Amino acid sequence: MLSGRRRRTCILDSGERELNVIVCVKRVPDTEARIRVDATGSAIDGSGIKFDISPYDAFAVEAALRMKEAAGAGEVTLLTLGDAASQETLRKGLAMGADRAVLLTGSVGLDGLATAKALAAELGASDAPLFLFGVKAADDDQQQVGPMVATLLDRPCVTGVSTFEVADGRVLCQREVEGGSESVEVGLPAVLCITKGPNEPRLAALKGIMAAKKKPLEEKAAQVVETRVRLRTLAEPPARPEGRIVGEGADAVPELVRLLREEANAL
Amino acid sequence: MANVLAFAEQRDGQIGASAREAVGVAATVAAASGGDAHALVLGGPGVAGIAGSLGAVGAEVVAVGEHDALAEYNPEAYVDVVVDRIRAGEYRAVVFPATTLGKDLAPRVAAKLDVPMVSDVTAIDASGAMLVVTRPVYSGKAFATLEVEASPAVLSIRPNVFQAAVRSAAGAVESFVPTVDPSTFRMRVVERRAAAEGKVDVSEASVVVSGGRGMKDPANWQLLEQLRDALGPDVALGASRAVVDAGWRPHGEQVGQTGKTVAPKLYFAVGISGAIQHLAGMRTAKTIVAINRDADAPIFGVADYGIVGDLFDVLPRLTSEIAALRSGD
Ligand SMILES: Cc1cc2nc3c(=O)[nH]c(=O)nc-3n(C[C@H](O)[C@H](O)[C@H](O)COP(=O)(O)OP(=O)(O)OC[C@H]3O[C@@H](n4cnc5c(N)ncnc54)[C@H](O)[C@@H]3O)c2cc1C
Ligand SMILES: Nc1ncnc2c1ncn2[C@@H]1O[C@H](COP(=O)(O)O)[C@@H](O)[C@H]1O
Repeated sequence: MLSGRRRRTCILDSGERELNVIVCVKRVPDTEARIRVDATGSAIDGSGIKFDISPYDAFAVEAALRMKEAAGAGEVTLLTLGDAASQETLRKGLAMGADRAVLLTGSVGLDGLATAKALAAELGASDAPLFLFGVKAADDDQQQVGPMVATLLDRPCVTGVSTFEVADGRVLCQREVEGGSESVEVGLPAVLCITKGPNEPRLAALKGIMAAKKKPLEEKAAQVVETRVRLRTLAEPPARPEGRIVGEGADAVPELVRLLREEANAL
Repeated sequence: MANVLAFAEQRDGQIGASAREAVGVAATVAAASGGDAHALVLGGPGVAGIAGSLGAVGAEVVAVGEHDALAEYNPEAYVDVVVDRIRAGEYRAVVFPATTLGKDLAPRVAAKLDVPMVSDVTAIDASGAMLVVTRPVYSGKAFATLEVEASPAVLSIRPNVFQAAVRSAAGAVESFVPTVDPSTFRMRVVERRAAAEGKVDVSEASVVVSGGRGMKDPANWQLLEQLRDALGPDVALGASRAVVDAGWRPHGEQVGQTGKTVAPKLYFAVGISGAIQHLAGMRTAKTIVAINRDADAPIFGVADYGIVGDLFDVLPRLTSEIAALRSGD
């Protein structure tokens, strides 16, 4: 579905600079998943877990698609570092409406800089003016890969972006900060790290799912550096002490207040 | 011997709790490493005036960079100043608070220094040659303990987890004027919409009062506001995603998987069912109170104290009892 445009040798190298976007997406356990540590004590038990595009990355894909639709031109490319199973995640993004995808196969564990380097090695070859990231991936929760890639590639980067508009080679971003918000203007090329915004990520329609099967998905080995953050153990959180129902209705309030004050020392 | 640096964030000329916690962590790691804790404060001219207080929470030396362009945060201004200080100091570790600013700044600094970073740390063991840290992963559904092989190790620490140290010493304040050239900035803040005076952010408050779909109507939030006011200062409102998506509350208040992670000492979940994605944001609160009319709501599975009942009956009573308690103090 290349809409008659010429095929390019390098997927990330695109002619029309203005509107092309690359969105970095990660395959993570579904947010509903119950996480259990396996017998090794250093990995999660993947059996029975469903995987999906990380939630903030889905917001980033949605933002990219809306931008493309508003402009009526441009190309949305998805980029993932992961194992072969990530193909499924990328197909899902293609079914939402992205045009093409690149899968860098490799693993870097919990070292965000190593992830950033592997992604930057690929992104550095692209002249797409906009790279989008999620603010954080729902497995490692590091909140660092986007700004690290931007730093490695010497691009300006705005984090925590809920909405943005592109005009005249500049991006106006709305950004959340503690207890307030700000508008930040950044020149292109730029990196934006997307947080939840007003636009709910779309679900793929059947037509999109069919079309996605024919869209290009390139797979190649990642350039992986040595990891300097090593996992020793993974543990399930300590169980919360058994709670109790203090009582029913407003009559239970005095006892609740007493417990908060005397037992929990919280008032 | 090795020193440890804390980045002590100032906001509007105030040093907040998360910055003091970062200094406290730096002091602990420094003590285990046979070195001193240093603090770095950046801000506009005159900011040195607020920096001396960091001695009392553990900083032997407080370096204060003053420049007009540092008065408000812009990573284009801050990164190089921070990186230069770190390079000059040969630190074992650099500790940032995991606030919005810290989360924006620390990864850039780590990437410039070509060292990995560990985010949202909740425990640190500095006794061995290798720093060992623990942090939540999978939205708090698991905790990873990690060895960090880097010098310096760049860490951000989760707010409200570590205690700020207390000692009766003043830090030596060393002011400097860094070179910053705003004409090179590729991004700029064009507008800041500050929160109302005195309003604390839900991610930093020590008490959070959150409402969900059970509140029925945005107008009913006045009941939660009254409870918040009765509880005193440092209390923030929170919300479930259902009410944020309905447009009842701003996204900045959302707690959970796609909102904020909070670890207050007291969390009220009012008319919130307790979906797994909501728990992801608040399950590490010290004490959780749930008010819900459905005795089977999953929120009761994590709550320390629950009241089963109609929130419209329970809230006014709770507010007046707490107000009475506080006025009697
Ligand atoms: C990818 C993803 C990310 C998500 N991220 C988040 C997130 O960050 N934060 C979040 O909160 N959710 C998140 N969700 C949504 C989550 O799954 C739930 O849908 C949401 O938390 C439900 O909000 P609620 O508890 O307010 O509403 P409901 O589930 O509708 O619960 C309302 C509760 O109010 C009670 N109630 C009703 N009337 C009264 C009354 N008069 N008195 C007392 N109790 C009453 C009911 O018994 C019920 O338990 C996410 C979902 C997904 C798929
Ligand atoms: N393995 C990966 N493949 C593609 N993108 C990634 C990967 N890891 C992280 N990212 C991107 O970086 C963002 C932040 O991730 P993190 O810093 O791990 O929380 C994610 O939301 C993705 O956009």
